[in-house]
Amino acid sequence: MPQTKIRIEHVNYYYGQTQVLKDVTLDVAEKAITVFFGPSGGGKTTLLRLINRLNDLVDGTTLEGNIYLDGRDIYNPEVNVPELRRQVGMVFALPLPLPGTIRENVLYGPMLANAENGTQEDEILFRSLNQAALWDEVKDRLDDAASELSGGQQQRLCIARSLALEPDVLLLDEPTSGLDPISTAKVEESLFKLKQDYTIIVVPHSIQQAGRIADEAAFFLMGEMVEHQSGEKIFTNPQHKQTEDYITGRFG
Amino acid sequence: MKRHYITQKIGFAALILAALVVIVPILIVIGIIISRGIGAINWTYLTAMPQDGMKAGGIFPAILGTLLLTLGTALAAIPVGVGGAIYLSEYARDTVLTRAIRLAIINLAGIPSVVYGLFGLGLFVLFLNFGTSILAGSLTLAIMTLPIIISSAEEALRAVPTEFRTVSASLGGSRWQGIRHIVLPQALPGIITGVILGLLRAAGETAPILFTVAAFFLPSLPHSFFDQTMALPYHLYVVSTQVPGMPLEMQYGTALVLLALVLSLNIVASIIRSYYRRRREW
Repeated sequence: MPQTKIRIEHVNYYYGQTQVLKDVTLDVAEKAITVFFGPSGGGKTTLLRLINRLNDLVDGTTLEGNIYLDGRDIYNPEVNVPELRRQVGMVFALPLPLPGTIRENVLYGPMLANAENGTQEDEILFRSLNQAALWDEVKDRLDDAASELSGGQQQRLCIARSLALEPDVLLLDEPTSGLDPISTAKVEESLFKLKQDYTIIVVPHSIQQAGRIADEAAFFLMGEMVEHQSGEKIFTNPQHKQTEDYITGRFG
Repeated sequence: MKRHYITQKIGFAALILAALVVIVPILIVIGIIISRGIGAINWTYLTAMPQDGMKAGGIFPAILGTLLLTLGTALAAIPVGVGGAIYLSEYARDTVLTRAIRLAIINLAGIPSVVYGLFGLGLFVLFLNFGTSILAGSLTLAIMTLPIIISSAEEALRAVPTEFRTVSASLGGSRWQGIRHIVLPQALPGIITGVILGLLRAAGETAPILFTVAAFFLPSLPHSFFDQTMALPYHLYVVSTQVPGMPLEMQYGTALVLLALVLSLNIVASIIRSYYRRRREW
């Protein structure tokens, strides 16, 4: 049994009066790919954004329950939130390169953390771009504008940008939703490499992708976590009727 | 079909006419000022002190005064205005208070400039005891300029996509770091435009400086920010209404210098703006 990296305990979450997560309890395994899948509106993205406290930026929300990272309550008032976000990286559905060059994008996080210095910069650039399977394509044009890259390259740049901070956990919210099949394959390939060192949570953009990449999978429906199994089990032999109906395409 | 075509022609003609109604008077005014004022412009006129009851010599004190006042206005209004805009756009939540502040800013922009002049007289000249001085005049002009700067800067900040702030936060950036490194650089062209528009209005105003700083005539240049000064808009008012027997050419010359000053500031602003826009890469 793999180690638990993130423990989510009885989480209820509300936008104003609307409850979007209902008593979600879930353990996320270390150094594996866990997928949160299910029809839209199930609360997957919201849960993802709770894990690095990005939802702090949204007004008028209420959180009940606890989320632990390495046994530490991340909503404890003493937690340094920027520090937490460095430890838990996030990649968004749309590639969102920051204005500026490829180099500036990768080094943005380390620059804010004041962690880099001249000699480390090249090292960080190579390591993170290489891990994101982008180095060979951009090594000669690091000072070009990031917006000149193709969509697939931009998304891998966003992954590299998160990796530059050497996080423990990587959260990816439909990272391939805007990408062509070849770019999607490249992103998935880099995820397979990354899971040896990182705990990865992916909200996949299709059930097929969920099947391809999941070590563990959790099925979300209308704010409830219906079933959590190893990827192999859940897609071949789901325990719950709702999961089966979704996987076999009866709704969704 | 034919009917539509005619209607369309009439429509276009009306729109062109509307555009001409706006543009032609401006061109005529500029044309008259240039043609009647250009004869007065020479090196002496721009650099010498007025002589012979201002009927001869130059208008250098007024030019310098307007430049000093604009500089003072910029120093006072830019930090406060841009700071206020950052607060309203990036930090303030949508509460009754912030809505009241926004409403107040919109209303402040509509107040007649002479009211600002009286306000400046009461607050800076008398109550704070700055006297009629460049300091009091600059602060009065700054207060008049603030609504323009704040509302245009806030608009420019809001035009920067929210996602950039989210991305910056997700990479461990504090709110301020996101503003400092991403949002402000992106909003800069818009902010500069607003600042320059505000300053241009300040440079051309007469009423706010009437009671707070402007002098009819001074034999020497100001020595500090606590001195009075002459200024172009007020000087123009003086030479066109208060000095009998003033040569017409010198009146138009003053108008031309003021116009050229404002126009060149505008051009500088466009250059800065397009420089930053070229650097923007999204």
